[in-house]
Amino acid sequence: MTPQHIPALEVLPASESSGPQLDRRDFLKLLGGGVLVCLVPSAAMPQESGRTFGGHELPKEISAWLHIAADSRVTVFTGKVEVGQNIRTSLAQSVAEELRVAFDSITMVMGDTDLVPWDAGTFGSRTTPTMTPILRAMAAAARELLVEMAARRWNVAAATLTAADGKIVHAQGARSLTYGELTRGEKLVKIVTAQEALTPAREWKIAGTPVPKVGARDFVTGRHKFPSDIVRPGMLYGAILRPEGFNALLESLDSAAAEKLPGVQVIREGNFVGVVAPDDYTAHHALAAIDARWKVPPQPSNQGLFDYLKSHPESGENDAPLHVAGSVAQAMDTAPIKMEEQYTVQYIAHAPLEPRAAVAEWQNGKLTVWTGTQRPFGVRDQLMEEFHLASHQVRVIQPDMGSGYGGKHTGDPALEAAHLAKVAGKPVKLVWTRQEEFTWAYFRPAGLMEIRAAADHNGKLIAWEHHNYNSGPSALTTPYTVPNQLVQYHPSQSPLRQGSYRALAATANNFAREAHMDRLAHAAGIDPLEFRLKNLDETRLRAVLQAAADKFGWGHVPSTPERGFGIACGTDKGGYVATCAAVEIGDGGKQVRIRRVVQAWESGAIVNPDGLRNQLAGSMIQAIGGALFEQIRFANGRILNPHFAEYRVPRFSDMPEIEIVLVNRKDLPSAGAGEIGIIGLAPAVANALFAATGMRLSHMPMTPHGYLPSPPS
Amino acid sequence: MAHYLLHINGASLHVAAPSDETLLSVLRNRLDLTGAKYGCGEGQCGACTVLIDGVPTRSCLIPVSAVGGAKIVTIEGLGQDGQLTPVQQAFVEEGALQCGYCTSGMVLRATALLRETPQPGHEQIVHAMDGNLCRCGTYPRIVAAVQLAARLQARAVPPEGARR
Repeated sequence: MTPQHIPALEVLPASESSGPQLDRRDFLKLLGGGVLVCLVPSAAMPQESGRTFGGHELPKEISAWLHIAADSRVTVFTGKVEVGQNIRTSLAQSVAEELRVAFDSITMVMGDTDLVPWDAGTFGSRTTPTMTPILRAMAAAARELLVEMAARRWNVAAATLTAADGKIVHAQGARSLTYGELTRGEKLVKIVTAQEALTPAREWKIAGTPVPKVGARDFVTGRHKFPSDIVRPGMLYGAILRPEGFNALLESLDSAAAEKLPGVQVIREGNFVGVVAPDDYTAHHALAAIDARWKVPPQPSNQGLFDYLKSHPESGENDAPLHVAGSVAQAMDTAPIKMEEQYTVQYIAHAPLEPRAAVAEWQNGKLTVWTGTQRPFGVRDQLMEEFHLASHQVRVIQPDMGSGYGGKHTGDPALEAAHLAKVAGKPVKLVWTRQEEFTWAYFRPAGLMEIRAAADHNGKLIAWEHHNYNSGPSALTTPYTVPNQLVQYHPSQSPLRQGSYRALAATANNFAREAHMDRLAHAAGIDPLEFRLKNLDETRLRAVLQAAADKFGWGHVPSTPERGFGIACGTDKGGYVATCAAVEIGDGGKQVRIRRVVQAWESGAIVNPDGLRNQLAGSMIQAIGGALFEQIRFANGRILNPHFAEYRVPRFSDMPEIEIVLVNRKDLPSAGAGEIGIIGLAPAVANALFAATGMRLSHMPMTPHGYLPSPPS
Repeated sequence: MAHYLLHINGASLHVAAPSDETLLSVLRNRLDLTGAKYGCGEGQCGACTVLIDGVPTRSCLIPVSAVGGAKIVTIEGLGQDGQLTPVQQAFVEEGALQCGYCTSGMVLRATALLRETPQPGHEQIVHAMDGNLCRCGTYPRIVAAVQLAARLQARAVPPEGARR
């Protein structure tokens, strides 16, 4: 298998922008009576009404739809998926707000390619800034539609009616009809466009409030079915024979012993070898009984990785700088304060607690796959291509899954399970082992960042040059005001398969930039907070920086060799974050403990402050791993630490005291908040470690062996 | 295949399985009790935690042949008549989950902790729960949930002396 560079998926691929093909879907029949409201993106679409569900002539380009049933229950359909980021709750809040119904009257149908409108996937913090406005517009249009229906029924002017609490009310409550009563006996399809004015955040009553997570009860009772919990009648269990290393060639295979086991079938299609068995135990025993010989070619390792990335550019990629201003070289020549440094980040694994899993079932030429993925339609496309099927012949269903963090964009287990199920003629479940998850998924890219920068006598930045090799272009341009700039991303040939990870390269680039800012502040003899503010015109970033510093008590207590304080900030994808960290140095200067973290956050109007706090705290804790100890070790096409015992992730005992300051800008549109909360911690910790020890640790993870290096004598 | 009579969540269940098959595999793949999760298969993450005679145990490490006479409680066996236990209730109230995949293991580990130590301090909670991983990083809320559960439990159950 060739290492693949999986695109970061920040931009919607044009080839995937085809709309859903509603006319061959019969699920509408299942909805019963009521009204189905479809949102189309452009006002050019004709307003249609009165068509029955079976009319089969819905427009192709539908952004979203919702159904209001005769019992007033509202069902909203979206291609976004719930992976722990709590959008099942926050999206429903926004719909309830605009539709003027109780929050719990809403059911979200998500991530089922037969039932929901096409969607590129759930990544890039796009749900809140893009899907929320679509659903809000649809709900507002639906509300107006109900007002019109009531106006017609009562033969009164629509302006005399209001929508509130799931009812249309006439003349201050003289008479009212519930939405269900209004649509009862009907079977209407209404096409609407996004023309309605949305409710301003200042007037929100349901959005903007800490509504608890939907379905929490099902998780604490074990009732929720994750993708790996799905069971189908007659289902077999699969397992895949993995090569001994990446890019390995299969030299010989003897599966006779495996095939003697009861009920076992060995399936081979070229280099793809798998087994199916009546139970999971037998499947894995059969796999172990296969005698396969592989030839694994010599391949790079962590040793010399960053030289390798720099000297192996990805050919054919655009090599133009992202941003150029003035002349960095000239400014550097005469600058009184200058600093040049390399920063690195290692490959790390997402390690979602639920490994990749899929259940595939073929029935009458139609393939249905239940799987954990952030891109149900992307996986559907992969299956269509692999098995030469039309879109109506493939259905991908994504039950709310055991997290992803950017790691579940591809359909690997879906493809594997579908191959096994096709040959076996029965549904097949495939759950990757932890070792497979650590080896055959993809990694957050490793990267080398080279920065040289300069400031004048007053501590004003005059030059900034930032090169990123391989890890990515996210948050590569500096938010600080610098007259001379050169900023460039250099894609490399990655020795490991790599792809998206929460916040993409914003973590790496922000680590390098904010550590470098700390060096410059130190060289200029200026407090790190003051140095940042001196060079920062971006008001939203200034606001969180000041908010975090105030809450932390920045500058009140000096750092000591035992306790260091650090500060960092950053922005990407509409999120503004500033982080202050207090680290404790123990065990004679060897042990690092992050004791306290204060993080201030702003991403426009807050949709759900409780969910937001949960995401931010989780981001900070996840960030501890990449900052201090997470690192994939590899050599010659093999992952050397594919177990939690050897790949340390943050645990309860790593948890610092966490304080979060939310800046709620109700005057600004809401941005996504699932990712960028992760980018402040590592540089804040690096800067705190310097403040305590005088050592600059320019590599992530900073303490791969679990302890600080000895200070240079 | 051998035959076992397992006592799970108050019921006696017959199951045929190889003697070295893990309890986790038997629960999930033969008894359709999917509340216990596979996370690593190596006892490192705690997602598969069940109570065996009250002791929190990694069901991915223990063979079915070793639990024949024991009382096993899985997440499906907590609570009665649709009522949540104080620990379950506290997890809901504190919003102590994100994706929820670690939750059943966390709830069972916390349940065992509170049986032994009804009013644990912060450090005791961290120490007891440290073998259970949450990749979403929900640890602060889980600690808060265990503390809340301790309070709920104290309210529900009168102290020893008061019962006599």
